[in-house]
Amino acid sequence: MPYRSRSRLVVVGNGMASLKLLEEVEAGCFDITVIGAEPEPAYNRVLLSSVLAGDTSLDDIRFRDRAWYAGRCMTLLTGDPVTALRPARNEVVLKSGQRLGYDRLVLATGSEAIRLPVPGANLAGVLTFRDLGDVSALQAIPAGTAAVVIGGGLLGIEAAYGLARRGLDVTLIHLMPHLMERQLDPVASGMLKDALVAKGIRVLTEASTECIEARDGHAEAIVLKDGRRLPASLVVMAVGVRPAQSLAATSGIDTGRGIKVDDKLETNWPGVYALGECAEHRGQWYGLVEPAYDQARVLARYLSGLPARYEGTLIATSLKVSGVPVYSIGDFDGRDAEVIALHDRAAGTYRKLVVRDGRMVGAVLFGDTADALWYRDLVTRRTPVESLRAALPFGRAYAEAA
Amino acid sequence: MDDGSLSVASPEPGGHVARPVRTTCPYCGVGCGVLATPDSSGGATIKGDPAHPANAGRLCSKGSALGDTLALDTRLLEPVVDGARTTWNTALDHVAQRLEAIRAAHGPGSIAFYLSGQLLTEDYYVANKLAKGFLGTPHVDTNSRLCMASSVAGHKRAFGADAVPQCYDDLELADLVVLVGSNAAWCHPILYQRIQVARGERGMRVVNIDPRQTATSEGCDLNLAIRPGTDQVLYNGLLVWLADRGHLDHEFVSRHTSGFDAVLASAREAAPSVRQVAAATGLDVSDVELFFSWFGSTRRVVSCYSQGVNQSAQGTDKVNAIINCHLATGMIGKPGSGPLSFTGQPNAMGGREVGGLANMLAAHMGFSDSERDRVRRFWNAPALVASEGLKAVDMFEAIQRGEIKALWVMGTNPAVSLPRADRVRDALRKLDLLVVSENVMATDTLDLAHVRLPAHAWGEKDGTVTNSERRISRQRPFLEAAGSARADWWIMGEVARRLGFGTAFSFTSPAEIFDEHARLSGFENTAASPADRRAFDISGLTGIGGGGYDALEPVQWPVRTGSAPAERLFADGGFFTPDTRARFIATSPARLASPVSEQWPFVLNTGRIRDQWHTMTRTGLSPRLSTHIQEPFVEIHPEDASRLGLEQGTLARIETAHGAATVRVLLSRGQKPGNIFAPFHWSAQNSSSGRVSSLVHGAIDPVSGQPEAKATPARLAPVAVTHYGFLLSRTPLRPEGMAYWAECRALFGATPGFTLHLALDTDAARMSDWQRATLPDGDWITLEDAGAGTFRTAVFRDSQLEAVLFLSASPKLPATDWLRTQFDSPCDLAGRRTILAGKPVTGGADEGPIVCVCYQVGSRRIEAATLGGCATTKEIGTKLGAGTNCGSCLPEIKRLIASTMAASRAAAE
Repeated sequence: MPYRSRSRLVVVGNGMASLKLLEEVEAGCFDITVIGAEPEPAYNRVLLSSVLAGDTSLDDIRFRDRAWYAGRCMTLLTGDPVTALRPARNEVVLKSGQRLGYDRLVLATGSEAIRLPVPGANLAGVLTFRDLGDVSALQAIPAGTAAVVIGGGLLGIEAAYGLARRGLDVTLIHLMPHLMERQLDPVASGMLKDALVAKGIRVLTEASTECIEARDGHAEAIVLKDGRRLPASLVVMAVGVRPAQSLAATSGIDTGRGIKVDDKLETNWPGVYALGECAEHRGQWYGLVEPAYDQARVLARYLSGLPARYEGTLIATSLKVSGVPVYSIGDFDGRDAEVIALHDRAAGTYRKLVVRDGRMVGAVLFGDTADALWYRDLVTRRTPVESLRAALPFGRAYAEAA
Repeated sequence: MDDGSLSVASPEPGGHVARPVRTTCPYCGVGCGVLATPDSSGGATIKGDPAHPANAGRLCSKGSALGDTLALDTRLLEPVVDGARTTWNTALDHVAQRLEAIRAAHGPGSIAFYLSGQLLTEDYYVANKLAKGFLGTPHVDTNSRLCMASSVAGHKRAFGADAVPQCYDDLELADLVVLVGSNAAWCHPILYQRIQVARGERGMRVVNIDPRQTATSEGCDLNLAIRPGTDQVLYNGLLVWLADRGHLDHEFVSRHTSGFDAVLASAREAAPSVRQVAAATGLDVSDVELFFSWFGSTRRVVSCYSQGVNQSAQGTDKVNAIINCHLATGMIGKPGSGPLSFTGQPNAMGGREVGGLANMLAAHMGFSDSERDRVRRFWNAPALVASEGLKAVDMFEAIQRGEIKALWVMGTNPAVSLPRADRVRDALRKLDLLVVSENVMATDTLDLAHVRLPAHAWGEKDGTVTNSERRISRQRPFLEAAGSARADWWIMGEVARRLGFGTAFSFTSPAEIFDEHARLSGFENTAASPADRRAFDISGLTGIGGGGYDALEPVQWPVRTGSAPAERLFADGGFFTPDTRARFIATSPARLASPVSEQWPFVLNTGRIRDQWHTMTRTGLSPRLSTHIQEPFVEIHPEDASRLGLEQGTLARIETAHGAATVRVLLSRGQKPGNIFAPFHWSAQNSSSGRVSSLVHGAIDPVSGQPEAKATPARLAPVAVTHYGFLLSRTPLRPEGMAYWAECRALFGATPGFTLHLALDTDAARMSDWQRATLPDGDWITLEDAGAGTFRTAVFRDSQLEAVLFLSASPKLPATDWLRTQFDSPCDLAGRRTILAGKPVTGGADEGPIVCVCYQVGSRRIEAATLGGCATTKEIGTKLGAGTNCGSCLPEIKRLIASTMAASRAAAE
C-alpha cells in the first residue's frame, strides 16, 4: 500500500464482539483489516445449539456476508489465523507468514473450549462444542448413539439438548450439585434439571470424571470417580472456556484471567485494545455476549474520537436453555439480602427477586421472562421498591395497577 | 293469593312442580311468614309471605338465606348412644331406662330439661307436661331465660300477666318510637325496616337509647349513648319530667293503676333533675331534655326494648321503669302507643304460653294450690310438681354441684350460649346422663352428650310458634324428614310411653297436642274472680281438628271462645292483677352487678351480628351470610385500643374473671371509651377461642333470673403473633399449631368452600414444614417474601384451584372476594401464578367487603356509585340493587354514602 491517508485498524478475531465493533465504528476513519481464525465470517455463536438441534439452519445464524465487509472497505481475512503479535513493531504475523502493520490493534480473540485433563480426553469420539466445526462433527453422529456431555453449564446443556433432539441417547454429567450454578440459583437450577429430564436427558450432578475408556482408540465409556461407568461412544466436553490470550501473553501484553484492559479497553500497550471474551476489565471476565457488545460500542466510540468509557456490565443472563427462557441479573444469590420468590414448579415458572436496603439488586427468572426488562431497570436504576413490594413478583402490570 | 292453594302441601320428592308452603321463619321473634317452594333435590326456594301480617312479604338477610341451610351434610341423621349409631328403639329404651334409674336413685329433682325458644309450642307442651306432670321434676327451663325473662317478669309485675300489650302495626302508627337496648337494624331487621319506612313516609321520630352506636343509630333522630346500666335513671327522670310538666293521664292512672305516688316519689329520689339524670347517664342535658320533651309532647309513643334492657341484673326494673312512663301517660294498648318488647327467639312466647319455664307451671298458671290442682286434674297427673324449679343459671350450678344427674337438652347449645360457658361445659361433663335432641351433628354441647337424638329441622317441623305480638303462626313442613329424624314431641312421647305414661302421651299429631294445649288455656279460665283469670286463652281454637290446624291463619291471642282475637290489650285497663289495676313498680338504684376495677377496667357487652343466629349451627351453613362478618371480634374505641397497643385487624385476648377469648380487633368510634363489644355466636366448632359467653359473669336479675350478658368487667391485651392469614379450601382444613383460627363457609364462585382465618406464632423457617403438613397435595404455587412476612401458596389439581393460603406479618391482607371466584374457573398453566397476587391485574372487579348480602354488593362498588352521583339509598338500590331485597344493609349503605360524600367533600376542599 503505497499511500495511506487513513490510519490502519487491525482487528484480530471475527466473532460476535468483533462484528459489533465493526458495525459501530466510524468506517470512514480507518483502513480496517479483520482476521478470523474460522473459515466463516462472524456468525451467531449463541444459536449453535439450535443449529445442532436442527431448529435453526446455518443460514439463519450468519450475520454479514463478505460483500458487507467489502462494501465498507474492510478487508476480511478468514482461515489464516494470526500466529504472533509484535506490538513493539506495530504489526501482526499471520499463519501464512503475511505481516500486517497497524496504527491501532484490537484483540477480539474470544475464548477456547477447555478439555478436561483426564485420561482419554483426546480419544476419537471426544469432542468439544464451541464452533461451527464442532457442530458439523456432532451432526455427523448417528441417532441412537450413547452420548455423554460433560459440563452442566450453558454450553453443555445446549449440547445435550441439541443431541437429544437429534435422537441420541444423552447423559449430562456435572461436577457441581446444581446446573448452571453461576447463572441460576438452586431452585431455578432444579427446574432446569426437571425440564431436561422431561426431554429425555439423564442428568447426573456431583459427577466427577475419572477417565474415558477406549476401544480401538475410540471412546467407549466414561468412568466416574464414584466408580459408575457410563457407556459413551460420543463424549462432548463442555466444561467451560478460557480466554484466548496466548497471543497477547507471549507478546508482552499484560494478562491475568484475560487480557487486561482499562476503561478505554486499552491494554498496557498504547494503541492495543481488547474486548469480548478474551478481555479482563477491572478484574472481571465476562463469558456472555451482552458485555462484549457493550465493550464494542464503547471501543467504537473511543476509536472514532468520541468520549467513551467502559465501566463494566451488570451481568444479566438472558437465554433460552433447551427452549426454556431464563434470565438472571445482578446479585441473585440473595445471601444477606431479602428474597422474594414466586414459584410454580409444575408450570415450570419461577421468579426470585433479591432486595437489599429497599432496592432490588438481583433476579432470577425461569420459564417466563416477560418482566425481565422491568426488573433490569429496577436493578440498574436502583429504584426504591418498598412501596411496590407486594406487586413486585407479579410484574409491571400489577405494580402499575396498584 | 289464593289461600286454599297455600295450605299444607305434602313434600313432593317425586319432583313435581311444587306449590309454595306457607310457614314461619325460625330465627328471631319477629316471626315472619315464609313461602317455601321445595325443589326436587331436597332444597327449597325461599320468599317472604306477602300475606303474613308480620312482614308482608319482606325477609331479612338471614330469612332470605334459609334455603342455604337445608343441606344434610351437617345433619344428625341417626340416634347415637355412647358414640355408637343405633336404632330409635334402642336409643329410646336407653333414655327411658336411664331416666328411670336416676329418678329411682336420686329422686325426680335430679332430672332437668333445658329447652329452647326454637322448639315449637307443641314440643314445648309435651316437654313441660312430661317433666312437671309425670316425671315430677320442676326443673324445666329454657334459653328464653337468656333472652326474654326480664320482660316477662316486668310484664307480670305491671300487668299481672306475661302479656305484650301492643302489635306491630303500632310501629307504623306511632309518632315517636323509642328503641331501648335494641340493635333492631341487625336483630329485628323487618321491624326496623317497618319503622324506617313509616319514618320516611310520615316523619315519625325515632330515638335510640344504647351505649353503643350501631347500625340502628343510622335511622334515628336522636341517639342517646347512655352509660351502661343507667336506663332506670333515664326513665325515672322521664317519669318525674312527665309529672312535673303536666303530661300525666290522671284519669288512666287513677282508674286503672295503683302505686303511682310512691313510685313517683322513689323516681324523684333517684332522678330529681334533668341535670342529675344527665350526670348519671353520661348524656348531654340538652339531649335528655329533648328526649323527655318529645316523649311528653307526643301522644303516640311506642317503646321497643330488647336485650340491652333484658340481659341485665336489673332487667326487670328497667322494663318496669319504661312501663311506668307508659302507664303514667295512659299510653298503653292504644294504636301507635304502648310498650312493645322485641323478643329474641321465634317461639319464646310459645314456650311461655305452655309454661315451659321453671317459674311457671303451665298455660300462664303458677304454683298456687288452686292452679296446681287445676292442672293436676286436667292432665290427670298425680306426680305434679309442688313448686318452682331452677332457672337456667341456677340449673347449671346444680348440675355443677352434682345435684342434677340427668339433663335433656333440646334444640339449644348451652355450652356456648350460657354465661360462664366454660363452667357450663365442665358441669355438663359431670352428668350421669346428657341427652341432646338436635338436628346438627356437632355442637359444643353435643360433643359431651351420652345420647344424641336426631330431631326435625326447620322445613320438617310441623307445629306453631308465637311471635313478639302474640301472633300464633304455623311452621309447616315442606321437606321429608332427613334420615331417621323425628319430631321432638314424638321422641318425648315415646320415652313417656316407655316410662309407663302412655295414656297421657298418646298424641299422634301436633294438631292433637295443640288442641289439648288450647283446651288447657281455657280450662276453668272463665272464673268470675279476676284473680283466677288468665291472659293466655286460645280456647277459641279448640276443636279445629287436623284440617283447621293445617289451615290455621296467623292469629293473635287471646282467642277466647266466642270472641274475636285481640290486637291490643289494656287500653281500657283490665289488667290481670287481682284488682285489675296495673302496678307502678319502684326500681332499685341503678348499678351494674360487677363494677369495673383497676384489674378489670372495661365493660364487656355481648350481642349479635346482622347475619348470624345464635351459635351458627344453621346460619353458619350459608356462605352468603358469612360474607358480612367472618370472624369473632371485639369492638373497641380507637383511643382505648391505641393505649393498649391494639391495632385494627390484630388479635386481642379478652379476659374476665370467668374466661378468656381471642378475637379480632375492630376499632370503632361507635364504642364508648371503657366499653367493648363482642358477638357471642362463635363456638369451639368454628373458632379457636371465640366462645365469648364463657367470659360473661353469672350475675342474674333477682326477679327474672336472667343473666347480665351486657356488662361483665373485662380486660384485654394484644396477642402477639408472627403471621396473620387465611386459608381458602374446597374441603375444611384444620391445620395444627395455629395461634388463632375461625372458620366459615364460603362460596367459591358457585361451588361451596371454606374460609379459615388464622394466625400463627412461629418461626419463618418452619413455615414450609407447616405448609406441607397443612395443605393438600397437588401443584403448589408459592410466594415467599420472608422479609415482609409474606407466604402465599395456591394448590391446583387438574387445573382447578384446591386451596389458597395467604400469610402476612401484617393483618392487612387482600380481601378474599376475588380469590374465591378463582376456584370456579380453570386457570391456564402459564398465568395461574398471578392468583397469588390476590387480585386481578386490572382494578374494578374488587368489590371490597360485602355489604348487601342478598345481591353481593361490596363497599367499593357502593362508594363508586356514590361518587358517580347516587346520593340516597334508593338511588344506590336502583343502580346496584343493593338494599332492595331484605334491606338489612340499608343502614350500612347510608353510612357508606355519608362517609364517601364527606371524604369527597374533604378532598375537594
